[in-house]
Amino acid sequence: MKATVLVRPKPGILDPQGKAVEDSLKHLGFNVDGARVGRVVDLEVEASDPEQARAEVERMCAELLANPLIESHEIELAEGP
Amino acid sequence: MTEATPRIAVVVFPGSNDDRDAVLALESLGASPVLHWHGDGVLPDVGAVVLPGGFSYGDYLRAGAIARFSPAMKAVADFAANGGPVLGICNGFQILCEAGLLPGALRPNESLSFVCEDVRLRVERADVGFLTRCEAGQRLTIPIKHGEGCYFADDELLGELESAGQIVLRYEENPNGSIDSIAGVVNAEGNVMGLMPHPEHAVDPLIGSGSTDGALILEALVDRARERLFAAA
Repeated sequence: MKATVLVRPKPGILDPQGKAVEDSLKHLGFNVDGARVGRVVDLEVEASDPEQARAEVERMCAELLANPLIESHEIELAEGP
Repeated sequence: MTEATPRIAVVVFPGSNDDRDAVLALESLGASPVLHWHGDGVLPDVGAVVLPGGFSYGDYLRAGAIARFSPAMKAVADFAANGGPVLGICNGFQILCEAGLLPGALRPNESLSFVCEDVRLRVERADVGFLTRCEAGQRLTIPIKHGEGCYFADDELLGELESAGQIVLRYEENPNGSIDSIAGVVNAEGNVMGLMPHPEHAVDPLIGSGSTDGALILEALVDRARERLFAAA
């Protein structure tokens, strides 16, 4: 089963990378008010059902993929086979 | 080995690059340092452990995030839980935070630039960690060289650290955006300490700016190692 984890810097956490991206976009003439840069982790998970897959990925986030002090995470499971 | 020249393990991860500098500095200060490969889950009989600077596992995911799963880190965690003195320098500090042995996290510098310069540090406490050869309020000159040294703790954690006296070193001029100018912290028990500056690069007056202030920190580590081995003997 395919799962995608979106990891974001928590609100209020300094994100200099996002700031640099925002500044660059403005420099190009785009109208942006804020940019935050996170991380995407695509996973292929062995699981019998979506609930089990979600629980497994949740544990992966807690143990490695995100640092809860500074990052939030969101799990998306692909529908279908 | 005698207690007079205490053995200290310097853990080598793939990507460590200040391990040999730490060994040279500790040797010059009267210790018998031994390099310990991260894949070896059994620590030799040592009085203290140093996690050196570098870029373990290429800083993949987050600096220090992968290194904490090394077999040696389980042994280091046990050693620390047993009261063993542990010092994390730069990447070693990042690893200790990721491993939960120290509070907080280290983020990319506010400037997004790698900083490499001498910094002035203020000793906040001289009765814990490896600052016992300093005086509270003393200023130290020690170099930093890092891209991810921006210390972060949320308001709640920051309040806890402040009231528990776990913030032990602050920058005089904040070089990286660290919250509250924090440069070094200790755990609640005071036997595990991490800092971004590199004391091992400020030991020999012929190297760098000539400051030997780093020796004050490493000598205190050698003191703790000596005491621990003496107590066990």
